[in-house]
Amino acid sequence: MTIVASLRAVERVFSNGVKALGPLGLAIERGEFLSLLGPSGCGKSTSLRIIAGLLAPSAGTLDWPRTKPRIGFVFQDPTLMPWAIVRDNVRLPLDLAGVARADADAEAERALARVGLTGFSGAYPRVLSGGMRMRVSIARALAAKPQLLLMDEPFAALDEISRDALNEDLLKLWREDGLTIVFVTHSVYESTFLSTRIVTMTPRPGRVAQEFRLASPPDRTSQWRMAPEFAEAARAVSRGLRDAAAKAAA
Amino acid sequence: MMNVSRTLRLLLPLALGVAVLALWEGLVAAYDIPRFVLPAPSAIWAALIADFPSLMASLWTTLRITLLAFLLAVVSGVALAVFFSQSRIVEMALYPYAVILQVTPVVAIAPLIVIWVGFAHIDLALLILAWIVAFFPILSGTTLGLRSADHNLVDLFRLHGASNWQILTRLRLPTALPFLLNAMKTSGGLALIGTVVAEYGAGSGTATGLAWRIVEAGNRLQIATMFAALFLLAALGVMIFFALALVEYLVLRKWHESALKKDI
Repeated sequence: MTIVASLRAVERVFSNGVKALGPLGLAIERGEFLSLLGPSGCGKSTSLRIIAGLLAPSAGTLDWPRTKPRIGFVFQDPTLMPWAIVRDNVRLPLDLAGVARADADAEAERALARVGLTGFSGAYPRVLSGGMRMRVSIARALAAKPQLLLMDEPFAALDEISRDALNEDLLKLWREDGLTIVFVTHSVYESTFLSTRIVTMTPRPGRVAQEFRLASPPDRTSQWRMAPEFAEAARAVSRGLRDAAAKAAA
Repeated sequence: MMNVSRTLRLLLPLALGVAVLALWEGLVAAYDIPRFVLPAPSAIWAALIADFPSLMASLWTTLRITLLAFLLAVVSGVALAVFFSQSRIVEMALYPYAVILQVTPVVAIAPLIVIWVGFAHIDLALLILAWIVAFFPILSGTTLGLRSADHNLVDLFRLHGASNWQILTRLRLPTALPFLLNAMKTSGGLALIGTVVAEYGAGSGTATGLAWRIVEAGNRLQIATMFAALFLLAALGVMIFFALALVEYLVLRKWHESALKKDI
């Protein structure tokens, strides 16, 4: 087991003095699909931003035991540039890295094909559905060939059908690329379906409440959602989450 | 349905205009109203045709200064807004003065500017005055636009190692574009108003724009010529507005929500 990143006693205090997070200790293992699961406002997104380097911890440390991996980030909203066509949106990380235009275009097309959007590269974001926009957002993250993919409730705003389809496609990408994914969500079922490990968090200030290692089949598809083992796992996670909330309230 | 309402939108104001003009013509004839009080539309038309070459020359003078002032306002307003976006301290120091410049009535500053610049360079004085009026909407619109960039996108840019320059050119400026184009519509009209007010303020016969023609015609009780010049000014203002609205539409039609509704 190789540790990609480790957070030790990380805290984050808002400017108004309210403690949003921590102390949080967490080790991210290479190749895992880790979900951070907890109620709104528990600091899941804050942890993700700290890992991405977009926020500095108020206390504690974030270490990269080996070389720091290339990081991709997917937000809750697709956060596309409305003035740019799909291909130019996907190409953004490559443009910023100074990749030659032709290579970057080819890479962007490849990333779009992988998320099932072949033929949409010339479209403007506004003509796409919510699910398609999120696919563009994922393609943009993939274009940079990340080793660590951070996802902040990416499917929370989608309808269930689009969300299920994206869940399965995301798993496929995770498997194919050997990605390490940290996935923030407040959905028990989504995290149970996707993850190899779930860390539940307490209400604010967010701390680790419980950890679940899931023995899901690696090629889990929609059938897995129907399996009794899946229901059992989801039940255990759900119970753990409720207990943590009750303990915090007491 | 859509075609009917579109035709109506065009026909209704036209019909109303024709009706008002006909009523006007009829009342002037029926009550024998003197020309120096209220000339009939036909008399205004005649004055417009008779003085057409010289009125056009005046129109060109006013238009030239308006356009120059407008261009200057756009360039300087955008430049200063970009400067503000890069340095909060500069913004805090300068913004109040930009506001003071904006709220001081241009008529009040006109005599001062004219004296400073000198009657020999009256066009320059008019240009400065029109610029003062047209400048602020560009500055405030662009400043707001540059600041409206999606925070998550800014984060994404930073995550991928973007420089401040890349964030400015690839993210903040495109975000500010709809704000700028909207401000330009306001600013274009204000540039014309600024030019006209400055012409009045400058007084004397050195100015040859449409505003001066109105003053001059008024002094000579040539009310029909006054109306003709007034009509040309209004037409100019409408043209400037529509030209800028067209530019806005053409630039934004592919991606912006505001343009999406327009092409229905």
